[in-house]
Amino acid sequence: MKLNINSKLVEVGDDPEMPLLWALRDVAGMKGTKFGCGIAACGACTVHVDGEPVRSCQLMVGDVDGPITTIEGIGDADNLHAVQQAWIEEQVPQCGYCQSGQIMAAVALLRDTPEPTDEDIDDAMTNLCRCGTYPRIRSAIKRASETIKQEA
Amino acid sequence: MGFAKIARRTFLIGAAAIAGGVAVGYYYVNKPYANPLEDDLADGESTFNPYIKISEDNTVTIITPRAEMGQGVHTSLAALVAEELDLTLDDIVAEHGMSDWAYYNGGMMEDGVPFAAFNESFMAEAARVAMPAVGKLLGLQATGGSSSIKDGFDKMRQAGCATRYMLLEAAAKEFGVSKDSLKLEGKTVVDPASGNSKTFGELASAAAALGAPSELVLREEKDWKLLGKPQPRVDIPAKVTGQPIFGIDVDLPDMTYGTVKMSPRFWAKAKSYDDTAALAVPGVQKVVPLETQTGNGFGIIADNTWAAFKGAEALEVEWEEASYPKTSEAMMEVIAAALDTEADQSLRDDGSVVTAFADAPQEELIEAEYSVPWLAHACMEPMNATAQWKDGVLDVWAPTQAPTIIQMICSDLVGVESDAVRVHTTNLGGGFGRRGEVDFPIYAVELAKHTEGRPVKVTWSREEDQRHDTYRPAAMGRMKARVKKGELPTAFDMHISSPSIMKSLLDRTFPGQAAAGPDNTISHGAFDQPYTIPNYRVQSSKADLPVPIGFWRSVGNSYNGWFHEGFMDEIAEKAGMDPLAMRLELMKDYPEAISVLNKVAEMSGWGREMPEGSGLGLAHVISFGTWVAMVVEVSDNDGDISIDNVWAACEFGTVIDPSIVKAQIMSGIVFGLSSAIGQEITFEDGEVVEGNFDEFDSMRMNQCPKIHVELLETYHKIGGAGEPGTPPSIPALANAIYAATGQRMRTMPFSNDVSFVS
Repeated sequence: MKLNINSKLVEVGDDPEMPLLWALRDVAGMKGTKFGCGIAACGACTVHVDGEPVRSCQLMVGDVDGPITTIEGIGDADNLHAVQQAWIEEQVPQCGYCQSGQIMAAVALLRDTPEPTDEDIDDAMTNLCRCGTYPRIRSAIKRASETIKQEA
Repeated sequence: MGFAKIARRTFLIGAAAIAGGVAVGYYYVNKPYANPLEDDLADGESTFNPYIKISEDNTVTIITPRAEMGQGVHTSLAALVAEELDLTLDDIVAEHGMSDWAYYNGGMMEDGVPFAAFNESFMAEAARVAMPAVGKLLGLQATGGSSSIKDGFDKMRQAGCATRYMLLEAAAKEFGVSKDSLKLEGKTVVDPASGNSKTFGELASAAAALGAPSELVLREEKDWKLLGKPQPRVDIPAKVTGQPIFGIDVDLPDMTYGTVKMSPRFWAKAKSYDDTAALAVPGVQKVVPLETQTGNGFGIIADNTWAAFKGAEALEVEWEEASYPKTSEAMMEVIAAALDTEADQSLRDDGSVVTAFADAPQEELIEAEYSVPWLAHACMEPMNATAQWKDGVLDVWAPTQAPTIIQMICSDLVGVESDAVRVHTTNLGGGFGRRGEVDFPIYAVELAKHTEGRPVKVTWSREEDQRHDTYRPAAMGRMKARVKKGELPTAFDMHISSPSIMKSLLDRTFPGQAAAGPDNTISHGAFDQPYTIPNYRVQSSKADLPVPIGFWRSVGNSYNGWFHEGFMDEIAEKAGMDPLAMRLELMKDYPEAISVLNKVAEMSGWGREMPEGSGLGLAHVISFGTWVAMVVEVSDNDGDISIDNVWAACEFGTVIDPSIVKAQIMSGIVFGLSSAIGQEITFEDGEVVEGNFDEFDSMRMNQCPKIHVELLETYHKIGGAGEPGTPPSIPALANAIYAATGQRMRTMPFSNDVSFVS
């Protein structure tokens, strides 16, 4: 079975009931998307399907109905997304394990709501961070919002 | 060096046989460890000491031998070295390096002494001087106790400084000039007179052959270019682009996968099992029974992690009954009963509380009992490790806080000497004390015996992780004070009871070598606080329960900080005094406490008029050598409590990186508040009830307050950063809730009594 991941057709194995998370990690070898809870409670596994943030631990490969974007498709070291750049400037990550999912959630938020209020951020950013990086995530989202506005 | 020998020495920590240990180990203490980098140098690489290697292509690699678990240790330890080499962090590569005794943590041991951080008596100082020697003796390469900078501050700067001297001397010989005339420019040594220059890479081989200088003059603080200033963290670019840097991301040629299904009742074994359904799951290869020093159960080997999880689910097992009280309530009764026995340790006993209470009129007495539940660490990255056992060599890849202990224990599992075991430390997706344990590597190694030389990555499900943690123990505190209206308290008595972490840790890590005697951690955060009260006693008792317990961010301080400071608030109320004014009086012998209290009062606007339903709460706790005063502000939000602001004033002595240290204090605060607003591990039928984040949640973005942190740097000793934010956050919240609602919190989590914004 092949899926459209980051604009490429990628082999994800032959088990339609395997959660997308594990197909990405163990079959496709894309490790940026993280396993945290397996019940869609933490958001570490957030990817975009057709642009919408989805918790990939609860989405079976056979049910994927659109192109997938993972953290690897958002930007890389040489070509960072404004959100990744803001994450660096605000020095957000500590252990860093939840940050792929946080960044995916933030990218989707800023696309739909380019100038989010604190309340918008509270509503959209429901991902768990055990290091407590929330204050810096909030600042980074606002910084990225500014950057995106200036670039537009 | 044999492992059994090391294991026996480990007994010393638990028994606190400091003097004996030093006497026995004099030779080891004074002999430097060999440089482990010498065995593994690539072509063209040279090494100067265990912390630095330089290659011909001018790559400077700094070994930062503490686990990067989010605390920024690779950045701050590398900065200590880079400062002495006149480099920036862009010039260097920071690596965990391999496990080795040379990377022992002496700083972590200093907090093990039974003295308060500010106690500088001869006894206390003598014990502190001895403790790093114990660390060296044990070769304990470990990360914890907020100790990385304490331990590395001199060591890492000396490593950088010695290397600088050697590079300069090699260049001086090469150019035929005095080394005093040479300058460093980036990774190059320049002779300004002749214009000659050589890169570090060109000089490395000759420089490394020179031998270490006998005397070093370190850079003075006034000349620091990196230290004391925020540096961009070296680990962040990889963390925002999803790089495979964690243990769970390890990927090796021909690797297979696995998981475990351990007994949900601690130490119980399988009575019977049926693996037919498990083996029928597509992709499942094997089911392996496990009986280990950390638990009993089964390993499942499969083609991928998902198949292993499904196999574990399908595996049918009937487990033995629990051999201990089966419910949280029954366990709490054991802990409460210990309060009615004679205490087994008294680390503070000033004056005589007995005499002070004997003639006290009833209206001057105040009493309270506080209790806290068991807590899970809930690291974002579930427990995992990868192992390969092939051709007599064991490799373990693990997100670990204690690589040399893994090396020691895993060598016994396969029956080889330590030098046939290599532990590769990955980045850690959270640690908080959980990843100093040996269960996850043990299970990976046990499964690697069944994969015919293939590496196996063993990942736990969240439920397996949360139901097989080494929990923060439940605990109780019984307090009593004598206080007259309008006056300071004249007597304060406290008795704490909790199961012993040191006993639990040593029982499972070094079976048969358990330490007897009292456990200082039960009193940390209570006996060692800077209050002067004429009659002042802090006692503790160990409650006997076999639930595995361990170090959880700030350890005993995590509950005593609240017991002690929550009750201080009750005393202030009974005295009719302002909580800040009373603390300023009781701590007036300690200028650092006074300065952080005054600072936080100024930051928070302490004393201002608060709207109906709002309140400010204050607490001060010194832990891991850092003085922290904190104020929490809460308000009413349609009947739910909202935590709006936290102000923290922290006295660290010296701050290596203010951005990292502020992040650590914020992190500690969110960690403490998370536990206060809703965390609780409970037991039914001897099993942990809460399996996942839906039942054991932590603070989320919408609940997180604004956090304001100020760092003070006047104390003469360096304090830790990772843990000291946690202990005062809980009492400051409790005291704020009281100020806002009139409801006194005496049981955690506070969500059992009041409702928080969710």
